[in-house]
Amino acid sequence: MGRELLRIEHLHKEFEGKTVLDDLSLTLREGEVAVIVGPSGCGKSTLLRCVNALEPVQGGSIFLDGEEIHADPRKLPQLRQKVGMVFQSYELFPHKSILDNITLAPRMVQKRGREDAEAEALALLERVGLADRAKDYPRQLSGGQKQRVAIVRSLIMHPALMLFDEVTAALDPEMVREVLDVLLDLAKQGRTMLIVTHEMQFARAVADRILFLDDGGIVEEGRPLDFFDHPKTERAQRFLNTFTFETVKE
Amino acid sequence: MQALGFEVLWKGKNFARLMGGLWVALRISLIAVGISLVAGVLMGALMTRKNPVVKALTRLYLETVRIMPQMVLLFLAFFGTTRWFGWNLSGETASVIVFALWGTAEMGDLVRGALESIPRHQYESAAALGLDGKQSFLYVILPQTLRRLLPQVINLVTRMIKTTSLVLMIGVVEMLKVAQQIIEANRMKVPNAAFGVYLTVLVLYFLACWPVSLLAKALEKRWS
Repeated sequence: MGRELLRIEHLHKEFEGKTVLDDLSLTLREGEVAVIVGPSGCGKSTLLRCVNALEPVQGGSIFLDGEEIHADPRKLPQLRQKVGMVFQSYELFPHKSILDNITLAPRMVQKRGREDAEAEALALLERVGLADRAKDYPRQLSGGQKQRVAIVRSLIMHPALMLFDEVTAALDPEMVREVLDVLLDLAKQGRTMLIVTHEMQFARAVADRILFLDDGGIVEEGRPLDFFDHPKTERAQRFLNTFTFETVKE
Repeated sequence: MQALGFEVLWKGKNFARLMGGLWVALRISLIAVGISLVAGVLMGALMTRKNPVVKALTRLYLETVRIMPQMVLLFLAFFGTTRWFGWNLSGETASVIVFALWGTAEMGDLVRGALESIPRHQYESAAALGLDGKQSFLYVILPQTLRRLLPQVINLVTRMIKTTSLVLMIGVVEMLKVAQQIIEANRMKVPNAAFGVYLTVLVLYFLACWPVSLLAKALEKRWS
């Protein structure tokens, strides 16, 4: 594993006086895939949103590649280019074709030429099996397809770090797989990723490290096999038990 | 068609004068619409600001213009400015000012509503891609806003065209005024002229507003 890419120090975040993240520290190295799991409302998504400053923080600091993210709002567009984020609800731009959705940021933010951006967009679409949908509009695509496009739209900016915020939570079960396969593929390419998910089997397969979040803090962290098979804390055990069912029939 | 008195339209230059009146009405409304559409977008963007002073001022402007009847605004702009500032605005200039102020206020409120109806996540996903505030507004938020606005904007534009019939009150000779003059001049010989002339005016207003609706339909089809 490479050098340190993301460092979060003593992060404190509250919503209207209610503490959501409490003295949370975390580092992520280049090429590392960390999966954040935990009960709903534990602050997983908020943590991701703080990392690219979609949420203001009330204390602590976040460094990306040594640069503090929340220090200067004018530098944000610059810093956010290094962080790709994929949302639960895809958030494609409905008035733009798939190709234009993907090429907007490289052309307007990075000032790349149309041909260059489109060529890369098509290559990336090919990779997620959607090259033939380039001219379509988001409403013509299924949820799983939209989410794959949203991933491509982030990838084309060549981010150093990718954030995935429950990207399969809004999908029908049979579409979950096609999106997770893309994420597994990215992990194989050695991308640095911070993933929030409720898909435990997937977390086990993709993660280098599992972070178990509860009550605004990291309660337990470890390699996936250790965490899933031998959780150390009682809270993690209780959480994992909610995913298994006792047989009720003989 | 004796009974409806259409023949007065063909006397002398009457029909040309009526068309001239229509042109005056269209000139006033089109200039005002042009100003309103651009200023209204800026106004709407201002109205979504969180700054309480900006909010209060834009609100005050909107409510003032919206509450006052257009006729009162016309009188204020035409007679009021002369009395208070000694300005000698032409009726047409005063009309354009009033219609632009009115249109900007209404358009601003429409834009505000449309901007607020765009989901927060659209702003966030644009920001997450590294777009700055201006880029996000221009390429992501505004195009979606305009699409949502189209039906209401068309409604506003046609209302503005039709409301120009008020400007005769400050001495602008637009289509309705010309129509009245033609009817008055023929009161004795063709007492029924009011029917034919006003019917013609109706058709002409329709012809002026219809293309706007057609344009809207075409755009809606292209954008859907």
